[in-house]
Formats: sequence, C-alpha cells, structure tokens
Amino acid sequence: MPETTLLLTINGKSLRLKDVSPTMTLLEYLRQSGQVGTKEGCGDGDCGACTVAIVAEDANGKSHYQAVNSCLVPIGALAGREIWTVEGIGEGDIHPVQQAMIETGGSQCGYCTPGFIMSLFAAYYQGQVEDGCVEGNLCRCTGYLPIRRATHQLTGAQPNDRFTEKLAQSSPVLRALAYEGNEQRFYRPTQLEEVLDLLQHHPEATLVAGATDLGLEMSHHRQHYPVMISLEAVAEMRGIAIRPDRVEVGAAVPLSQIETQLQGLFPSLDEMLFWFAARQVRNRATLGGNIGTASPIGDLPPVLLALDAELTLASASGQRIVPLKEFFTGYRRTILQPGEVIVSVGIPRSLPTGTVRRLSQSYKIGKRGTDDISIVAAAFTIDLDGKNRIVQARLGYGGVAATPIRAIGVENFLVGQAWTLATVQQVKPMLREAFTPLTDLRGSADYRRMLVANLFEKFFVEMATQGDRQEVLA
Amino acid sequence: MSGVGQRKSHESAIGHVTGKAVYTDDQRLPVGMLSLYPVISPHAHARITRLDVSLALEVEGVVTVLTPEDVPGMNNTGAIIPDEVLLPTDEVSYWGQPIVWVVGETETAARLGAAKVIAEYEPLEPIRTIEEAIEQQSFHLSPQTIRRGNPTLALAQAEHTFTGEVQMNGQDHFYLETHTSWVIPDGEGNYHVYASTQHPTETQAIVAGVLGVPVNRVVTTCLRMGGGFGGKETQANPFASIAAVAVHKTGRPARVRLRRHHDMIITGKRHGFLGRYRVGFTGEGRITALDVDLFSDGGWSADLSPPVLSRALAHIDNAYYIPDLEVRGRIAKTHKVSNTAFRGFGGPQGMVVIEEVVDRVARSLGLPPEVVRERNFYHGTGETCTTHYGQEIVDNRIQRVWEEVKANAQFEERKAAIVQFNQSNPYQKRGIAITPVKFGISFNKTPYNQAGALILIYTDGSIQLNHGGTEMGQGLHTKMLQVAATSLGVRVDRFRMMPTSTDKVPNTSATSASSGSDLNGQAVRDACQTLKARLAPIAARLLDLDGPEEMVFENDWVYCRTYPSARVAFEKVVQEAYTSRISLSATGYYRTPNIHWDPVKGKGKPFYYYAYGSAVSEVEVDGFTGTFRLRRVDIVHDVGSSLNPLVDQGQIEGGFVQGMGWLTMEELVWDDQARLRTFAPSTYKIPTISEVPEAFHIHLLERAAQDGVIYGSKAVGEPPFMLALSVREALRDAVAAFAPVDVAITAVPLACPATPEATLWAIEQIRSAGLSQETPPALQLSPTP
Repeated sequence: MPETTLLLTINGKSLRLKDVSPTMTLLEYLRQSGQVGTKEGCGDGDCGACTVAIVAEDANGKSHYQAVNSCLVPIGALAGREIWTVEGIGEGDIHPVQQAMIETGGSQCGYCTPGFIMSLFAAYYQGQVEDGCVEGNLCRCTGYLPIRRATHQLTGAQPNDRFTEKLAQSSPVLRALAYEGNEQRFYRPTQLEEVLDLLQHHPEATLVAGATDLGLEMSHHRQHYPVMISLEAVAEMRGIAIRPDRVEVGAAVPLSQIETQLQGLFPSLDEMLFWFAARQVRNRATLGGNIGTASPIGDLPPVLLALDAELTLASASGQRIVPLKEFFTGYRRTILQPGEVIVSVGIPRSLPTGTVRRLSQSYKIGKRGTDDISIVAAAFTIDLDGKNRIVQARLGYGGVAATPIRAIGVENFLVGQAWTLATVQQVKPMLREAFTPLTDLRGSADYRRMLVANLFEKFFVEMATQGDRQEVLA
Repeated sequence: MSGVGQRKSHESAIGHVTGKAVYTDDQRLPVGMLSLYPVISPHAHARITRLDVSLALEVEGVVTVLTPEDVPGMNNTGAIIPDEVLLPTDEVSYWGQPIVWVVGETETAARLGAAKVIAEYEPLEPIRTIEEAIEQQSFHLSPQTIRRGNPTLALAQAEHTFTGEVQMNGQDHFYLETHTSWVIPDGEGNYHVYASTQHPTETQAIVAGVLGVPVNRVVTTCLRMGGGFGGKETQANPFASIAAVAVHKTGRPARVRLRRHHDMIITGKRHGFLGRYRVGFTGEGRITALDVDLFSDGGWSADLSPPVLSRALAHIDNAYYIPDLEVRGRIAKTHKVSNTAFRGFGGPQGMVVIEEVVDRVARSLGLPPEVVRERNFYHGTGETCTTHYGQEIVDNRIQRVWEEVKANAQFEERKAAIVQFNQSNPYQKRGIAITPVKFGISFNKTPYNQAGALILIYTDGSIQLNHGGTEMGQGLHTKMLQVAATSLGVRVDRFRMMPTSTDKVPNTSATSASSGSDLNGQAVRDACQTLKARLAPIAARLLDLDGPEEMVFENDWVYCRTYPSARVAFEKVVQEAYTSRISLSATGYYRTPNIHWDPVKGKGKPFYYYAYGSAVSEVEVDGFTGTFRLRRVDIVHDVGSSLNPLVDQGQIEGGFVQGMGWLTMEELVWDDQARLRTFAPSTYKIPTISEVPEAFHIHLLERAAQDGVIYGSKAVGEPPFMLALSVREALRDAVAAFAPVDVAITAVPLACPATPEATLWAIEQIRSAGLSQETPPALQLSPTP
C-alpha cells in the first residue's frame, strides 16, 4: 500500500505533514515554517540561492548528497527524503565548507551564500569540489574568485564525519505515495502499470518527474494542479542498460546519472550534458522531461536526433517504439496520446554498413556559455567510409524552428560526398536557408541562420584538428 | 585585534554561511502582518480609463486595495524633484508600473486579489528609445555642459578628425535579495520602517512625506542588504512608502516583498547612454580636441539621472588630458523604468565613450592602442594635469598603476605571442588590451559629503557601534569595526555593530559613491576620539599620573606613552568613568574638506581625490559563433593603505566581473512596445563562475597611503567596475585580428554589450572590409533586433 502521509526529514528532524499542498515548493515550505536561512533569489531555479541538499540515489544506486533548487521541488516529491539546509549542517561545529568560505572571503552580501554552501556541501561528500559544483549559483558581489579559493581549500578532502555516517545509514529507495492535502492529490507510483492505471482514472493528471520545468509554474503559482503523478520512482523508467548495439535510458533517470554512466559513449551527449543547465537542475531533470516538454530549445533533443534515438511509449493499450524525429509535431506538441507516457529512450550504437569512422559532436550557443538557454543548439553525426566519404549524416538543431529539427535536405545532399572543407562550405549556404528561425530576446533570425551554418563548419574544423589542446594560462 | 589593515573576514561571515544572518524579510513576523502585491501596467504609456477593485475585495483574505485616494500625504516619491507618482491617477508611464497594490492577510490572498482588479486603458504612443526622445525633444530637466578651451577652433585646426557614435545598454542590478520593506506601527502614530535601502534617511523622509507626518514619526532601519550596487539608493522608497500607506489605512503591520520578476520589471537600472562625438588629434595620436554629446536614458522620472549624468560628463576624460573639450549632456525622458544609480554612476558610460575614441584614434593612425592611451595620459603639473572641469589632479598615479600592471602582465611578450597565435589560427583570434581608470571620489553634490556616528560604551566594557552607512556586502561594517577598534585601542569583539537606523544617526547620506568608509570611518574615529578625550583623565587618575597628556589606548589597555609599564584595563577605566559621572556615549561627525562644485559653470573641485587602477585582459574569440573566453586578467589597483585587503580585493574582483557582465553579456531587451523582455535570470544573464578565468591576478598598489583619508585608505566600491573596459577593448583587439591580410582596419565597431551575436557581426564587418572596397566600417551598431 502506498504511504498516505507526507513524511520527510529536514536537518535530522522527522516531520509528518498534513493538509499541506503537495505542490507547494520546498522553499515556500521552509520559509513559511520559519527556516529562513534558505533564500529565494529568483524562484526560477536559475540563481541557486535556495539550494539545499537531499539524500538521493547516485549512479551506483548508493545514497549521496545532492544539491537541488528548493524553489522548484514540490514538497510532495520529497516524501521519504532527507533534506539538509544551511542551518542544519553547521549545528554544533561549523562545517568545513562553511569554514572555507569564511576564510577566503567567499561571502559579501551573504544572500547567495546559503546556496553556495549547500552546493559545496553536496560536492564535498561526492569528492567533486570544483567550479562545476557551483556553476548553478549566481553571486553578484564576489566575482566568484574567493569562492573558487574556497573550493581549492576543500579539494581532496576525504570526509569522515556525522554526514558520511548518516549517508551509510540512509536508503535512497523511494516508496510509493498517495497523498492528499489542500484538496490536491499527489501520487508517486513505483510501477509503470500503476502509472497507466492512475492515468486511466485521472486523465486530467499532470505528470511530473524532476519538476525542473513544471517547478517554475508551481513556484510562480501559475496553475492549480488537482492531481499530480510523479514518475520519479517508477522502476521501468529508472534504469540505464548499456548493450553493444544500443543504450536504453529510462525516461525518469536524472541527467546527472546519465552524465556519469554514459560518460565516453556518445561525445555529443557528454558535451551537451556539460552545458545543460547547472548541477542542481541536472540532479533532478530527466531525459523524458526534456523530450516530453517538446520545447524547441530543449538541449538534448538535437543530440538525440543526431544520434537517431527512439522512444518507447506506453499506454494502457500497450507499448510502441517511435523514432524521435517523428515525435515532435509542432510547437510544444507531440504524438503522445492521452494516457501515454515516455518510458525510455533508446540510442543505437551500431554504425551503418561501410562506416569506418563516426564523427559526432554537439554545440550550444547562448549569451552566456554556462547555464543559459540556447540561441541555437546543434548536434552532428557524420559516418565516414574508408575513402572519407559520407555514408550517413545527421544534423540536429534546436532554436531554429517550432520543434527540434533535422536538416534533412542537407543530410541527403551530404551522403556520398567527400568529407572535406569544400563540401562543408558548399552546404553552408544551404544550411543558412534550411530553416526560418525567429528573432527573439535571445538572438536575431539572422544570427540563428548564421549559426546553423557556422556550427557545422566549426564541427568540421574541430574534428579535423581533434587532439589539439590549448595551453592553460597561469 | 583585527584593527585596520588586517585581512578580517566579513563581520557577518559566520551568519552568512550558517544562514543565521537576518535580512529584512527573515525577521520574525509580527502578529497580523499583511502582505502587499502590485497590479502592474500592461502598457508603457496609456491613460487609465477605468479602475474597478470591487472583485478583488471579494477574494478571501484580501483586506483592502490601495488606490491614490488612500495616500494621506504626497502621492509622490521623487528623490530630487517630485515627479515620481506613487500611485498613478490618470496615466501610466512605463510597462510594469504599479497602479494599485492589493493588501492581503497573506501574499497568496493579495496575489489572487491582484488578479481580480479590473483596469482599462487607452494606449498612447510610448517613447521607446533615446533617439525617439531626441526626435521629440523629450528630456528631463536642463542640459549640462562642461567646457574647457575652444574645441570648435581646436577641431578646425586639428591634423585629423573624425566623428562617431557609440551606444551602450543599461544593466539590471540583480542584487540577490529583491526589494523588501516592512512597516510596523506602534499604535501611537509612529512608523518603524525596515527596508532594504542604501539610504535610510531618504526612505524615512519620503515615507513621512507620503504619510503627511513629520519626519520624526518615522524610523527607518536597514539590517543589512543582500546586495545593493546603487539599486537600493532611491528604489526602496516607493515600496517602503506603499507599505506605510497600507499601515496607515489598516493600522496593521504590512510588508512588500518583490519577487524577482517584479523587481526586474518595476525598478530602475543602469542608464543606457548614447554618445556622439567629434575628435581632433595629431599624427602621433595626441588628442587635441573633443566635442561630445551624451544622452542618457532617464526613463519616466528624473530619479538620480541628473547626478548620474554629471558624473558621466566628469569622467568623459577618464585618464586623458584633452586640452580643448566640450561635453554636453541631456537626460532622455522615455516610457521605461526610471533609471537610477548603479556602481560607477555614469562614470562607466563616460569612459566607454572615451576608450572607444582612443582606440579608434590609434587604429586610424596604425598605432597600438596602448601607445596612444599612454601618450594622452594626464601628466606633469598644472594644465596638463588638470581636468576639463578645472580640478588639478594631485598625486597622479595613472602612470604608476599602468606601468606596474603592464609589467606584471608581461604585456609586450604576450602581445607578441598573440600575433603569432593569430597568424596560425584562422578561426579563433586572441586579443589583449590594457586600460586605465581614474575615478573621482566624493559625491558630486557637496552637501552629501558628511557623515555621523554614535558609540555607546556600557559599564561592562561592551560597546555598540552605530554609523550612518548601510551594509550591502561591501564590508563597510567590517571596516568600521576595524576603524573603531584601532581608534579606541580595544579588541574588535567588544563591539556590536548595530543595524543602520535613523533614530541613532540622523540626516545621513546614501551609502553610495564609494564613500561609505571614507565618510563614516572619519565619523567613527571622531566619536572614538571624543570618548578617549573623556576617558584619558580617568585613566591618568587611576594610574596616579599628573595629567592626561599622551595617554595611549591600545589592546584593551590604557597607559602613558612615556611610562608604558604602568597600565590600566579599558574596562576599569570605563567603570571608573561611570562612577565619576562621565558620559560613555558620543557622537562623531565628519565633513569632507576643500571640495566645491558650481553646476552652472561646470567647474570646481568636486572630488576630494581620485582612485586609480589599470587592467590587462586577454580574450579568445571564436570566429564561427562570436563567443569568447576570457583567458587572463591582471589588475593593479590603488586602494591607498588598505583598511582590509581581503575586503578590498573582494571589491575589485566583484566590481570587475560585474563590469564584464555589463559589457559582454547582460542585455536588456525592450520590445517595440517598450516592454522589457528580459526580467528573469533565464533571459538576463549575469556572469557565473565559469566566465571567470583561473588566471586572475590582483595587486594592490603598494606604498599608496592617501593623505587626509581614514587611515590612509581609498574608496574602492566603484572604481574597479571600470577595469572591465579592458575586456571590451581586448575583444575589439581580437575582432580586429579577423581582418583579411594586408587590409588596414581603421575602426573596429563593437556593440555594447558585446554579446556573441554582436561580436560575430563585428567580425563579419571586419572580414568583409577587405572584400568590398567600401570605406572602413563606421562606428555603427550591429543589426541587433
């Protein structure tokens, strides 16, 4: 039987919540209950001031501390979770990450500091204290340099303290939940069958996984959600299977797990995951969510299009497998039928006949390199034969049309051509005209057209000079 | 001890890192606290034709809706002139202007109520840009001019001249803590305002004006701010005022807490500027004449636009001696947010123009920009070291910081290496630039250059320290504690730093213009000296000395300089003072000497001194996308004799990165209806850690004590912001390297901010310079949307 009460632990204290709206964000809950150490900087999951750590499953199925934006997580999704905030980790002795930030002058106004502390805290126990662990935390005062010095102080630490002990005792396994509060229902089934069943009974239900997109709606109270079904704990959606010919990734696997487990298999996926939002978001965001939301500027669809990915969809009437390129039907529209969900994403690994070499990479251009929404994202896969001729070409783009899209015409033209700069320059004018992008606040249509073509040439040049490493300045 | 000169961590650092530091909205809620939520205008310019709040009042939990009739006093919060209506009566002047505020038992109730307010409008044509304002002669206040010599004549006689135009974007402050004001009534007609404000005195006065009560009925307290940067100098006033109106109407405590989107939509920002210039110069690149028109985008009301413009005019020279110079300024009145103070306060905008001019002079002559920069520095004494507004620069340190940073950065070697790199890399180009900063310290408005302090010693030897400055992260309180500890000769942990409050120190100036520690530090020291003068005779008596002369207060002891072995503990002196009926509290006061300014003539000595710095930045630009990577930064900055090197370094690093954000990525986008489209961190991008290079070297100028300033220190809040101009100029240098071989580039256009798109257009223009035989690209903006 699923749990019907909302049990969670905050800073070591167990709580049993009743009558609380399950879609209230954790941040709202914390601040309304007087735990005001955690700050709201934006309520959009973009500044990291509200970062807290939750105990969650790592890529090896073990418990670890994970930084998340508390402004995006509905409290219902935290049933059974342990949460740590800035107030809890320094009780008694000040924590080493707090001490490091004091010593280096890592806080000025201090308002972003609780978020930095919690990002550092999670990274400290993961053994990954580096710039990347705070890339999702904005600071307007310090210019980040003293914070970087704090990370240097913490690098290489091998903690053995009450938090490592607690971690050893806690189980990351999520149990089934059927909670009702504030006249809202929040379900967290653990089996796909239950999901499909719930969808039959509640066709109006909203599906949620990491809530990194939907969380914005909740943070800004833009919608009311009478019924929400969390896919976070569904067994069939949580696995990653790496087979010789194919990789199958569950739709509810957080991106940070994909980052770790698929590292090195698909260079273009590695690259795009590196640029995908920030740590706090990747810890919660899922592949299914990034595809299912069908945004034209989602980061991963172009990569998956260029890798020829397929989706396994399930509904009460059965399962079907569809190529990703057929999934998007229009602006934020897909072929998903009512009652149907994305179960997993399959990425083929086998190369077409005659291929001796595969070149694959992805690019994301935004106003800011890190943690921005792309102006244009692009991913390319070029398969070459022994004579350097193109056997197969896949060019996936985001930000240039109503959906993530492939440049099919150019792909067809490329097949059979020699993989040379001349060929690339020949198709650049075609690429510039391949789409009719819009001008918006991120970039002009002209810039987008230019990028569509230039990124392909950049890809060619980078592949040709692969291995060249730039020196790092002291 | 943690006295002056030590690397003391921020006084609230433990509170920051444990979440225990209390900000305005973190206070314990008073019983019955109400929340306000605004209804904002969907038009930039419109007549209000209908307003119906009745449905809002039916929402459960809505207490009332505040409309203009509810304002008991002045329905206006203008800081300099009363042109800033609190609740508009007939017309809205910018997109996002609050028209009414709904008051609810909870924020949720107020928000749901706000959604039910019916407002109808008759849209009017908005003035969207500076150019449109010029066309329609829509300006705030009168023009400002500073003039030296006869630029018209000098231009006519110049060896070379050209004209140009440069435009730059505004900037959102993006302090992490959004605007928050709490107002709590005492039931006897008095109001306690807790606000995230850099200017508690002004907030107090404006709230009193809005309520129609004497100023003494309002106390404003600022606990600390989660960032300010100028964005809370005047901008807190309307929010504190409307909360006070709610209190007045309901008799209950009330708060405004803006969420991020509202904060970005409603509040003023850094001014965008348009500069049009004509410059005359010699074949060696010496600038002989400059004639500039500066237009700032003031937005819908004047706010602080007049002094911002003054500072822009006064910094059009940056570090350069220009014999004949005229600069005229106007404030465009547009239908946008009312732009306001932001770190640098017009100085950065003036400097963007002159650095662009200098670069173009250099490139038009085929000279390295750094050579032309150096040739034009203020130098010597007298006329060649006197600004266009007539202030002689004493203790000119431009050359010193310049040479030091050039050496530290190995500028020449790296420049040569970059030439090599660029020759062998067709797709990526590197650029390097060195730029100077000379920034005038003091409020342009002379009366603001005063400060007060209040020190209370208790009989157990513990002390409360009050001063007029506010803490927004800049470390002012930390420095004031150090100044007080050193001045009074006691341990720093004897002090409790009190929140800034207008019932402790009245009639204060804004904590702005980098002036916080200069002004308040002197006031704190003055109070300490008063107390020491009272305590010295007591100590002398306890030590059985004849007179109180030469008493030294040091490390919690008091002794006579000539006989240090006999000493008495500070506590003991304090207790004896109490018993002897000697006052243990004192005020301190300071006014900056020898400054004056004639705004009509545009002449005077407005600045007590100048702060100097210089930076070298190296970038690599990608020719496919226009994106860039900052590879290395070297800075030498003059903070005088630092009160706290840790804090000062933090100001330099933070200012630089904030400046880099303004110049390279932070883009405010307004649509054709003058609606702001970038009001969230998802669309408005400030730098993250990833944009900051590992190679970032800061050196504080040594042996740099500044006469007449608190413990020889110098102001540091704003000047480093402008060091980031080196990034912009380095980008320009890299863009220039995309020129076809053998094509001489005489100007490198680069929009501001130099976003990847803007940079790519600049590259394209430079690339095509060789292909077409057209004239070299003029300084035109790239075709951004």
